[in-house]
Amino acid sequence: MLDIKKIREDFPILKRQVNGKPLAYLDNAATSQTPQQVIDVIVDYYQNYNANIHRGVHTLSQEATDKYEQARIKIQKHFNAAKPYEIIFTSGTTHSINLVANGFASLIKKGDEVLVSAMEHHSNIVPWQMLCERTGAVLKVIPMNLEGELRMDVYEELLNDKTKLVFCNHISNALGTINPVDEIIKKAHIVGAAVLIDGAQAAPHLVADVQALDVDFYTCSAHKICGPTGEGMLYGKEEWLNKLPPYQGGGEMIAEVTFEKTTYADLPHKFEAGTPNICGGIAFGAALDYMNSIGFDDIAKYEHELLKYATEELQKIEGLKIYGTAKNKTSVISFNIEGIHPYDIGSILDKLGIAVRTGHHCAQPIMDFYKIPGTVRASFAFYNTKEEVDVLVAGVLKANSMLL
Amino acid sequence: MEIKEIQEEIIDEFSMFDDWMQRYEYMIDLGKSLPLINEEFKTEDNIIKGCQSKVWVHAELEDNKLVFTADSDAIITKGIIAILIRAFSNQKPQDILDADTQFIDEIGLKEHLSPTRANGLVSMIKQLKLYAVAYQTQIED
Repeated sequence: MLDIKKIREDFPILKRQVNGKPLAYLDNAATSQTPQQVIDVIVDYYQNYNANIHRGVHTLSQEATDKYEQARIKIQKHFNAAKPYEIIFTSGTTHSINLVANGFASLIKKGDEVLVSAMEHHSNIVPWQMLCERTGAVLKVIPMNLEGELRMDVYEELLNDKTKLVFCNHISNALGTINPVDEIIKKAHIVGAAVLIDGAQAAPHLVADVQALDVDFYTCSAHKICGPTGEGMLYGKEEWLNKLPPYQGGGEMIAEVTFEKTTYADLPHKFEAGTPNICGGIAFGAALDYMNSIGFDDIAKYEHELLKYATEELQKIEGLKIYGTAKNKTSVISFNIEGIHPYDIGSILDKLGIAVRTGHHCAQPIMDFYKIPGTVRASFAFYNTKEEVDVLVAGVLKANSMLL
Repeated sequence: MEIKEIQEEIIDEFSMFDDWMQRYEYMIDLGKSLPLINEEFKTEDNIIKGCQSKVWVHAELEDNKLVFTADSDAIITKGIIAILIRAFSNQKPQDILDADTQFIDEIGLKEHLSPTRANGLVSMIKQLKLYAVAYQTQIED
């Protein structure tokens, strides 16, 4: 059992007032809040050992390098990667996806096929469209049903020996659907395709074991799991990371440079050009420590309870429709009220101190699928409470009475 | 009434409210009473770029005065347009061009909108002024 009251004490921002009301932060799928334990690590870095890594002989540089590499090992262990150098520090999921998409440009040819799910975030569509434009490969879409679940029967039909890559989010940001990535990966491997799973929305709710999944690439962002923004990771199987060419040129990623030829550094540095977000990487590690100290099993159980309660309470509101009703979903509720634009609801909720996301959630294809301009999305984290659900429901009712 | 007078009237009305909930309620009421655009003018061309919700504005010249009609799929947005239209509709294009938009700041509209909506507000004002430029040129011709 989680002691939510005690947990909330870890997050200074949750004590804030917004528009004169206590903050109800229900936009966790966009970014999570940062506990004092992680803030302390960030402050400690800048106060005590801020230095550039991997190159200085001096003490501070050594300390920073050690902490940064320790963070890599924490991430490796958390996701159960076989080797620390299979973890590449990136600026976040979008960067990771671009890194892989860019690398595949040299491994893919005209007529090859790339599969993407219908419930992707824009960041998981555009890089592949660009890849296909560059190479002449064909982008195909795995459709979904009305509940917001992938049509696995169609997926199987789409797979063939021309399929080189499959990518799909582990959990949909707009709908909360947990996708059957295990099955997606297994089936892709039968035809020899590589799989990249976007774990941005999954990382705050569950622990992905990359070896058990046998996934080729997995990525997530630190800021969705109580870490800082501008930081994330890409896991890649060693054999795949060796096959991909470097993404960016610069310092850190080279072994030897002459004007005639440059040899690239070994993994992971081959993909880590320039001075990285050192503090961000270290804080990412600290965020995983924090989340693990709470415990992902308890987090999942508690969030499931919150989801169940919020779904039941919201459904009592007349004219409210929930989008994304997959059997297997996380604590995300996307909804609309008949006759009201989601922006209007969001604006009123904001005045009541309730932070939700409104709009298309960077997933326009999903909104087109449901023929709606967008939704209101409430997304819950382990530090949210049933009382906050009640505040949300009261807020929606208030918005209703004003807008209808 | 001149644009300046109407703007002062709007500032007066908004100063009567104690909190932003009341202002929102007022804007929603204004939105509901917005003179609606003829359906045939709700075209892609008439959509204002830069708004998160859809906003259509149409302008017509009547007795050398510019008359605006508009619509949006979001009601608070309609309220914002209603305020703008009240200030700028039924005015000579040159007067619309000369008018300043200080009153928006004075009623505190911008700071109480989300950044995306505030951008939309700027786009709306720009569009009204663009119409004024276009029709002013037409009159001069």
